[in-house]
Order: sequence, then C-alpha cells, then structure tokens
Amino acid sequence: MTQISLDDVRYLAALSSLQLADEEAENLQKDIVGIIGYIEQLSELDTSGVEPTYQVTDLENVWRSDEVAASTIPSEILVSLAPSHKDNQIKVPKVL
Amino acid sequence: MTKISDYTNKSAQENVENALKAAREIDGLHALLSLTEDRARERAAKVDAGEITGRLAGVPFIVKDNFLAFGAPTTAASHMLKDFQSPLQATAIEKLEAEGAICIGKANLDAFAHGGSTENSAFGPTKNAFDPTRVAGGSSGGSAVVVAKGVVPFALGSDTGGSIRQPASFNGVVGVKPTYGTVSRYGVVAMASSTDVIGVFASDASDAELVLSIMSGKDDKDMTTLADFFEPAASSERKKVGVIKEFMTDDVDAEVRTSVEKYIEKLRAAGHEIVEVSLPIVRYTLAMYYIIVPAEISSNLARYDGVRYGHQSDTASSLAQLYGLSRDEGFEPENKRRIMIGSFVLSSGYFDAYYLQAQKARTLLIREFDSLFKQVDLLVGPVSPTPAFLLGENTSDPVKMYLADVMTVPASLAGLPAISAPAGSTKAGLPVGIQLMGPRRSDALLLSIVAEMENA
Repeated sequence: MTQISLDDVRYLAALSSLQLADEEAENLQKDIVGIIGYIEQLSELDTSGVEPTYQVTDLENVWRSDEVAASTIPSEILVSLAPSHKDNQIKVPKVL
Repeated sequence: MTKISDYTNKSAQENVENALKAAREIDGLHALLSLTEDRARERAAKVDAGEITGRLAGVPFIVKDNFLAFGAPTTAASHMLKDFQSPLQATAIEKLEAEGAICIGKANLDAFAHGGSTENSAFGPTKNAFDPTRVAGGSSGGSAVVVAKGVVPFALGSDTGGSIRQPASFNGVVGVKPTYGTVSRYGVVAMASSTDVIGVFASDASDAELVLSIMSGKDDKDMTTLADFFEPAASSERKKVGVIKEFMTDDVDAEVRTSVEKYIEKLRAAGHEIVEVSLPIVRYTLAMYYIIVPAEISSNLARYDGVRYGHQSDTASSLAQLYGLSRDEGFEPENKRRIMIGSFVLSSGYFDAYYLQAQKARTLLIREFDSLFKQVDLLVGPVSPTPAFLLGENTSDPVKMYLADVMTVPASLAGLPAISAPAGSTKAGLPVGIQLMGPRRSDALLLSIVAEMENA
C-alpha cells in the first residue's frame, strides 16, 4: 500500500499551487490516503500489451487554417476581469 | 412538471413572469444561485414583438451555473468565481437563444461540478424535490430540481461521470448525457475534458430530443464536436436489451432493483427481447475514473491563478504566494482533493502505475462495451445504487461519496450516450431512475425507447 506522509501532502500541494494551512494538510492527508487506497486496486488488472485510450471518438489532430481573426471581446474587457489592473494592464506582486 | 408545448404560442412575457414566480416559490430548496431577470424580460419583450422567432420562442429555461451566460455571474458554485461576469456566452446557450428560448436563471451545483450531491457548493446544498431532508444529487442538482418542480420545462447540465443522470434519477426527471462530442462545451467551465459532456433535463424524451437536436453539432470552438450528429431515429423494429448483471446485485438497494425490473418487464411486454449480459471490468471502472478525471481536473483547474480573473488573495506578498493563497481560499475541499490526487497520479514515479494503467484499463472497458454491442442494441441497469440519500450522510468520507457514481462512470469513460428515465419510486416516495446506454451515436434510439415506454 502506498504510504502518504504529511510531507508528501505538502509536496502535492506545492505541485498543485495550493498553500494549505497546517490543519487543512492533516485533513487532506487522511482523505488522500483513503482515495489512493481505493484507486490502487487498479494495479490488479492485467493490462500488458494494451494501448491506452485518451480520446474516445477516434479523433486525431483536428486542423484549422491559421488565420488571424479579430477578437469578439475587446482587450479592455478581458483585462477588467483581473482582480488587480491598472492602465489596461494586469497587476501582480513584484517578481524580481 | 411542464412541457415545452405548454409555453409555445403564448406570451413570452407571461411565461417569463410565471417561471420567475415559480422559481421564487421553491427558494427553500436552494436550487438556484441567481436569476437573470432583467435580461429575460428584455428578451421576452422582443419575442412578443416578433423580433425573435424559432422553435423555442418564449420558452424559459435554466442553466447550471458552470455555463457562461449573460445577466448574472458565472460562479461554478465556488468562491473562486463568486463575482465572475462572463464577457461571452456558451455555444449551447447561444444556439437555444437563436431559437427564441429565454434563460431565466442559474442553477446550483457542486463547486466546479466536483461531487454527486450538490453538497460541495460553496453556497450551500440543494435539497431534493421530493424530500427536503435528502440530497438533490449532483453535480447538476439544481437543474434537476427546477425541472422536477415545473419551474421551467427544461434545464441544462453537464455530465462528467454521472452529473446529469444521477440527479435526474433522484428527482424523477429525464436526464440525457449524449454521446461524447454531441454538444459544444465552449463557454462551460472545464472539468475533465475527455469525458465532459453537455446535456439536458426535461419532463419527457421528446422535449429532451428537441433541445439536444438544437444544441448539437460541430463548433469550431470545441474541436471534439461531431458533425451530422443525430442519426435517423430508430425504426419501430423490436430491440435486444441487455441487463447488466453486475448492476443488479445485492449491493444495490432492493427497491431500486424492483423499480428497474418493473421497467424491464414493460420493455419485454412491448415486444423487446431481454437478455442478461456481463460487464466484468465494471468493478474497476470507479478506480479508473478517480484516476483519469482528477488528472484532467488538476490540469484544467491550473488556469485559476488569482491573476487574470477569479478570486485573488489580499494577503500575498509574492507571486508564488498569490497563486497558492488565491487557490487555497477560492477552492472547496473537494476541489483540492481532486487537484492533489491528479497531481499525485501524474507525478514522476506514479504516472505509469496510476494514470497510464487507468488509460489502458479504459481501453479494456471500451472493448467490453464494443463486444456487448455486437450482441445487444442497448444496455440497461440502475442509475445509482440507492435513491436520494440524506443530506450529510456521505460527506465525511470522500470514497463513500464516490461509490454513488459506480454505475454512471462506465458510459462516461467510454463516451457512450446514457439516459436516466423515471422508473417509479420507493415506498417512501423517492424517485428511482433506470439507465439506458447505447453505442456511440445511438442517442436517438435510446430516446425513442424512453418515449415508447412513457406511452406504454
């Protein structure tokens, strides 16, 4: 059985860009152990020589011509959706 | 419940006022998160003035609140998108509006459609239409309840692993999850792109078919959509119906089995041939689903960064913190569980054992379905192992909640059309649905069988 420590939970949270509170991480550890305990039964199934299926209606590379088209939504409206914006630009905390 | 024909050739403004009034009367069930009143009234006036015409002229409807729509925020029942005002509308809504239909409100769901009871809504659960101490089912619980209560003749939902079929079953309405690729998902909050479909709740099969035929078709904004979708409706020829024996074991509530058996007897009495069939891999499908779907969720929900739209934490001092805190504050516990399980099954060292194994197992599931459809025209079984459960009954254990999806996820993983049709009720008066599944593109056949049984 796969063991999931509190550090593993913190690692998964970091991979997921989730900054968890300590108590939250402990609760999630219990849930994640339970869920992984359930899904790992799939290892019993013999799939040797079987190809994976990622798409169920047999579509492959649906092409379209690469033509420039005008956006139906003005950039001002899209920028205004950002919680912090100024002068038609999106604001974030200092990166460097 | 009401039918589309109850609203056509009537005053659209009266239809809209009546629907808004009916919506307010069921406030206690918390089926709706918002009403798009002003916009609905404007459109109704245009329909009455003859400016908008079509097959659904003046017919009110409701959409699950993960559809981008004008007139109200699109919240996906989450704090993350609590105030999100979409600058565009879903293709499905645009197509219905082009036929004169009028959206009057937005229905409650599990946040980001993660759940099977609508209890994961950040704004509180929806209650069952038949017993307010029980769940509406989910994730499209609100859409099922508004149709069951006759607020509108049809409502839209999305179904990734049973989110239309299970609430339809719990509230005694028809719920259709069409073949994967039938209806464009453009403008619907993405969950798991390899199984997400748009579908409909209605009081009967003919209304569901009309709505689906309008919404379906190729859309350049969703490259997975299928062209020329609806194949000619089935002939009156008698069909061979397979009853999935793994769905009719003692693990399934006895009253659910009895209702399903009665429906099967009706099919037999109508001249259809009934045979028992086996889908042995079904015992592994829930494990496949809870690997593949969280993997896709972790990827699809990466877009919520607190920067471009949605909730932004006001306590962050660096960009990394802004992402981490905005996501932690904006997502519900079930969203976080699924994102983290997705990160786990896709992470280095576990990818082959979980994600790749599940996608290979999915191939085996599809092969089993294909071989059954060489023997029978359609498959039937229950939608859910139980009728609507009590509010709070399954919330403490996520795996217990997942088990409610065990009969709906197989069709999702294989992209098959599947319908929940009312099949009676328990002694306590709770509705029970039967699930009909067919080969890809057999939606019209399944709907014709449901229609035939409605009149039998």
